[in-house]
Amino acid sequence: MTEKIITKKEVEYVAKLAKLEFNEEEKEEFTYQLNSILDYFKKLNEINTEKIEPTAYVISMPNLLNKDEVKPSLSQKEVLSNTKYVQKGYFKVPKII
Amino acid sequence: MTLHKLSAHDVIDLFKKKKVTAYEIIQDIYDRIDKVDGLVKAFLILNREDAFKQAKEIDIKFKNGEEPLPLAGIAVAIKDIIATKKIETTCGSKILKGFRPPYNATVIDKLREAGAIIIGKTNMDEFAMGSSTENSAFGPTKNPWDLERVPGGSSGGSAAAVAADEAFIALGTDTGGSVRQPASFCGVVGLKPTYGRVSRYGLIAYASSLDQIGPITKDVVDCALTMNIIAGHDNKDSTSADLEVPDYLSSCQEGIENIKIGVPKEYFVKGIDIEVKDAINKALRVFEELGAKIEEVSLPHTEYSLPTYYLIATAEASSNLARYDGVQYGYRVEDCKDLSSMYERTRSEGFGKEVKRRIMLGTYALSSGYYDAYYLKAQKVRTLIREDFSKAFNKYDILVTPTSPTPAFKLNEKIADPLTMYLSDIYTIPVNLAGIPAISLNCGYNKNNLPIGLQIIGKPFKEETILRVAYNFEQNCEIEKRRPEISSIKDKENAE
Repeated sequence: MTEKIITKKEVEYVAKLAKLEFNEEEKEEFTYQLNSILDYFKKLNEINTEKIEPTAYVISMPNLLNKDEVKPSLSQKEVLSNTKYVQKGYFKVPKII
Repeated sequence: MTLHKLSAHDVIDLFKKKKVTAYEIIQDIYDRIDKVDGLVKAFLILNREDAFKQAKEIDIKFKNGEEPLPLAGIAVAIKDIIATKKIETTCGSKILKGFRPPYNATVIDKLREAGAIIIGKTNMDEFAMGSSTENSAFGPTKNPWDLERVPGGSSGGSAAAVAADEAFIALGTDTGGSVRQPASFCGVVGLKPTYGRVSRYGLIAYASSLDQIGPITKDVVDCALTMNIIAGHDNKDSTSADLEVPDYLSSCQEGIENIKIGVPKEYFVKGIDIEVKDAINKALRVFEELGAKIEEVSLPHTEYSLPTYYLIATAEASSNLARYDGVQYGYRVEDCKDLSSMYERTRSEGFGKEVKRRIMLGTYALSSGYYDAYYLKAQKVRTLIREDFSKAFNKYDILVTPTSPTPAFKLNEKIADPLTMYLSDIYTIPVNLAGIPAISLNCGYNKNNLPIGLQIIGKPFKEETILRVAYNFEQNCEIEKRRPEISSIKDKENAE
């Protein structure tokens, strides 16, 4: 690897975007690993894709929509059943601001 | 009794002839699990009580003269990324420990309606990110053929469970090879259906444009049998295809004379194990003897598949995994000063290393200033990879390749080097990028008695063709049917 594609500072910035936190050792490790992976990805620059359409989904299908009608959904009890942090039928979280 | 050694279709025959009951089948399977799963570690959780209850119900209905269901009493293991109502579903991650989905995935409802019995949830690489099942937060699964080796991944628990006779059928998911590569490492059959063939409703998302659920079975007939149950349109999944589903069992019965097989030359270059190459060449001779026409074909963009896949998959993953924030379900770090630090600490403690690495990579590839250079570029190359396949399919009915460049590797051999690990999926990844179906089945063993997998790739929604070719191969290949002898490391040392 000759040049750094992503610096430790950028790793810190991306971690913030991804809502992840790392200690110094992890930051070093990720910087090193992401650089070697991104360096390998440079391979894609060998191909000229200027006139190529991107593929988002492989099987071309019309966007299927269901009829706009009310159907049974999960009860409030079921929705809240996977956390103990519940108050008055709401999800409870620490202070926001 | 040794029911567990049989295929699903043989067990169903016995059930229909009233030679066994569903209860006996389930009893035999749990006895087997109790005997070997301490060594194999295929399961994360067992569904014992519920399974016996269902078995009893099936037996009563059958005794009362009701028609037997197509999968009556068949023990099925489910990869722990597929939602099972009230049964813990963790995705192999600490962040979902204790999560009990309030609903079933569509495939689970379909299996249960067909009489199948969910016996437990299988181990996997966390959020299906990995090729060895070593990335599970709950410890690795071992390959039943050699307990010092990996079962492959990410559906390693499902493949190992079927190989070790702990289940007749298992469901896995395949985003870049996660059904086929472990099936190949464990000597069983694994199918990745066409994108849209099987509903993804209730499949916890990793990379939404690539993920598909597929069966892992002991033989091709069982694979067809399972596809008959799980394939088909589902209005709960907007990417599910509204197309008729053929009877896959009857399509197996036809011959393969005059079928045109393309062999992509780019799949036989450096990195391929010589014993794998020899086994594939032998398989090609079997196809020739059966009347197939074989030619070399070129898929010129093959070498770009891996970077394309990792950019698309990680970008989609970074978005899909944003939902794990500790608020509604799963793990949460307590006593955080504010919401933002709760998110950060929960995610940092809840996710394992590979998941964090992929979230970081995907977030970077999608971030402002880099989107065009990475994500959009990868989507464009994806078009070229798809076109390679469509061109090849203008001339050929199927393509035949190895499933993985090597047989099962040793535990800890590749875990420290992500790029080397990624390379074990080099032959399976292009298929996901193109959205087409492919099956892996055993085509021999190497000198260490490790299974080698053959991959048959088909046209979109032509699962019946690859199943037919696979069935013809299985019936005519004259490869000795071996079963793994599960022995503990200690036993092995004693024997030496």
